[in-house]
Amino acid sequence: MVTLPVKRGETSGEAVYFLIATALLDLVAILATAASHDPLFQFQGYIFIAAFTLGAFALTGGIFGGTLKSPQDKYSDGVIRAGVIATMFWGVAGMLVGCIIAAQLSFPRIFYFSDFGFLNFGRLRPLHTSAVIFAFGGNALIATSFWVVQRTCRARLFGGMLPWFVFWGYQLFICLAGLGYLVGITQSQEYAEPEWLTDLWLTIVWVAYLLVFLGTIWKRTEPHIYVANWFYLAFIVTIAILHLTNNAALPVSFLNHRSYSVWSGVQSALVQWWYGHNAVGFFLTAGFLAMMYYFIPKRAERPIYSYRLSIVHFWALIFIYIWAGPHHLHYTALPQWTQTLGMTFSVMLWMPSWGGMINGLMTLSGAWDKLRTDPVIRMLIVSLAFYGMSTFEGPVMSIRAVNALSHYTDWTIGHVHSGALGWVGFVTFGCIYCMVPWLWKKKSLYSNTLVEWHFWIATTGILLYITAMWVSGIMEGLMWREYTPQGFLAYSFVETVAAKHVENVVRLIGGVMYLTGFLIMIYNLVRTVGMPSSEPAELKANLAPAPLAIPAE
Amino acid sequence: MAGNKETDAHSGMETTGHEWDGIKELDTPLPRWWLWIFYASIAFAVVYWILMPSWPGITGYAPGILHKSDRAQVVTDLAALKAQRSAQASRLATADLATIEKDPQLQAYALAVGQSIFGDNCATCHGTGGTGAKGYPNLRDDVWLWGGSLEDIQRTITHGVRSTDPEARTSQMPAFGRDQILQPGQIDNLTEYVVSLSHRPANTAMAAAAAPVFQANCASCHGPQGLGNQQFGAPNLTDADWLYGSDRASIKDQIWNGHGGVMPNWGKRFDANTIKALTVYIHANAGGK
Repeated sequence: MVTLPVKRGETSGEAVYFLIATALLDLVAILATAASHDPLFQFQGYIFIAAFTLGAFALTGGIFGGTLKSPQDKYSDGVIRAGVIATMFWGVAGMLVGCIIAAQLSFPRIFYFSDFGFLNFGRLRPLHTSAVIFAFGGNALIATSFWVVQRTCRARLFGGMLPWFVFWGYQLFICLAGLGYLVGITQSQEYAEPEWLTDLWLTIVWVAYLLVFLGTIWKRTEPHIYVANWFYLAFIVTIAILHLTNNAALPVSFLNHRSYSVWSGVQSALVQWWYGHNAVGFFLTAGFLAMMYYFIPKRAERPIYSYRLSIVHFWALIFIYIWAGPHHLHYTALPQWTQTLGMTFSVMLWMPSWGGMINGLMTLSGAWDKLRTDPVIRMLIVSLAFYGMSTFEGPVMSIRAVNALSHYTDWTIGHVHSGALGWVGFVTFGCIYCMVPWLWKKKSLYSNTLVEWHFWIATTGILLYITAMWVSGIMEGLMWREYTPQGFLAYSFVETVAAKHVENVVRLIGGVMYLTGFLIMIYNLVRTVGMPSSEPAELKANLAPAPLAIPAE
Repeated sequence: MAGNKETDAHSGMETTGHEWDGIKELDTPLPRWWLWIFYASIAFAVVYWILMPSWPGITGYAPGILHKSDRAQVVTDLAALKAQRSAQASRLATADLATIEKDPQLQAYALAVGQSIFGDNCATCHGTGGTGAKGYPNLRDDVWLWGGSLEDIQRTITHGVRSTDPEARTSQMPAFGRDQILQPGQIDNLTEYVVSLSHRPANTAMAAAAAPVFQANCASCHGPQGLGNQQFGAPNLTDADWLYGSDRASIKDQIWNGHGGVMPNWGKRFDANTIKALTVYIHANAGGK
């Protein structure tokens, strides 16, 4: 039998260290802001000062109020509850900005705000992508990973208050990045827009996250490491490497917001898309597969379909994904042999990607009836269907001849959104629908009917979105390459833009439907949290030994 | 491996004997179709590497047995395009503008070039159809600021309007209000006078009061009757065509501020052939003059 040594209320001393560190950082931030002559650096400084000051007050209050002591014999779930709330909050923000920029593309005369430059498409577009990927997706990954690693290791999160630092530090990163884009702080690299200071802060937070995760695995009381944790660990480690390599830069000065990348020319492009593609691969694929590997078998109450498949597809995915980036640079200054490797590795990636889909879908064998009875299971399974579709579409689009048509068109936007809305969004919704009743100790969700509404409105929205983008993408791709018999381009660029007005409007409708479904979800979750708690007895024995004793080998 | 393996009742498959938070794993073998497609995609990659430029070595890369090269292909494609265009292009180079317009084959070619160039360069200001906007002249009518003959159009395109080119078309309408050349009351009267010039109902008393002001300040460019002068790019004020708007507020704003548009000197960016073609295209669209 395995039990943990019980420690109670030993976090206060640690809180004092955190308070000292926060106060010192606050002082550094105030001095740097005062010394800088760069208004954008000062803008970042004000955000830091506000965050550290609030943090210092909260810690002081916690230390003297005694609220920072928490029982060490239970899972730390408070930080996960905060993570779920943050996921919902940033989800609304990111999707709303998405709808605004879709409206700008559909009706540029109406949604052009000449008096508010920060609302221009160029500022809002990175705000949208970062908000949905890093704020919504990132919080979902951190929250679910904290849940999964504790349950599957049967150990409380490592690091005392460190998980809370990860949570709040990550929110500070989001504010620095997002508000920075609006005022014009960007290094203009897609999905890596934040400048050096924000990058540095994220590095600190990410190392803390890695420590929490590894430490929890280190002190696990299960003999083996569950597959979901391999995927989470691959995600955390690889994102760290990608982030550090692509953001390697020299600041203009340590009191200036601007920096210059150590990479230049085509090397810069290659590193950028090595980063960009693996942000998709390790953030949006590996991380979310980890969520799938825990929540689908848990919710379906069925064993994982194939342990062997999980091993083989995990290593194949990890090994092959990291090579695929050059397919973003077909027919550019990048040498052709590099393009060849990027393309062929993308084709080889097809089955390793599908391994996860098969393992998730087939886990339901013996419980297929749950697709009818449980809308949450249906959401999780449909997320895998979208995952399968977009991980097939990806290799197809990476083939150079296909890419010659699809590159730079709306087809790419549609592809990204079938993955983002269908896979990442739906699997997150499914996991959070599972976790909220567990976290807030409720017997069930407030309403399964509302989950049905969410499911159907959002699914229809995604289909509208991606079909509109297929039509407009292929159309504009064909228009761009059309020559007149005399050998001149048949269409000017603006004609191809005007030609996709209807598709842009359909995309906007699809996006608004998706957001509507999400708001229904939030209403449902708020009502769920408001329900009376069930079975308070369940509260006490979270860390009770598993029913199965583990015999000696 | 842990010893407590069980057999799953539904699939008949054995579990691995591990369990995490109630989750078990079946020991199902890899699906055959999955494995074979995976092998096939690897085989595809290997064949592709043999055929196409692929793996790098110390001093170069494997060129592939097909010896394909994007860069060589671009050169070939550009040469083919040039050859496709060359028959007409060489005739265009030697022919003068009037000849191009009279030769149907050559004109069709010039119009194709012109349309292609116009859409991505001129349409930004003059509109996709060339119909212009407030402050940007309409190129589809027979009203011209700087002249509508082939030679005039060619000169305007080549040197631009109020551009940095020394031969640019240049003139500057004074900002009569902003620079306090005229009194606000005089400008109100002048507005009525300009309205009356285009044969529209206007306050006759105000217009009459402005007549000497017009002759003193405006007639030197716009002419004593307001018929305009293409030498200065001064618009005809008696017709229904208005560059900065025909309503009273727009007219007053123009007198007050004296807006003047800028057009780039395209001679710096396009070769002579392209400008010839563009000239013919614009001339043809406007119905010629």
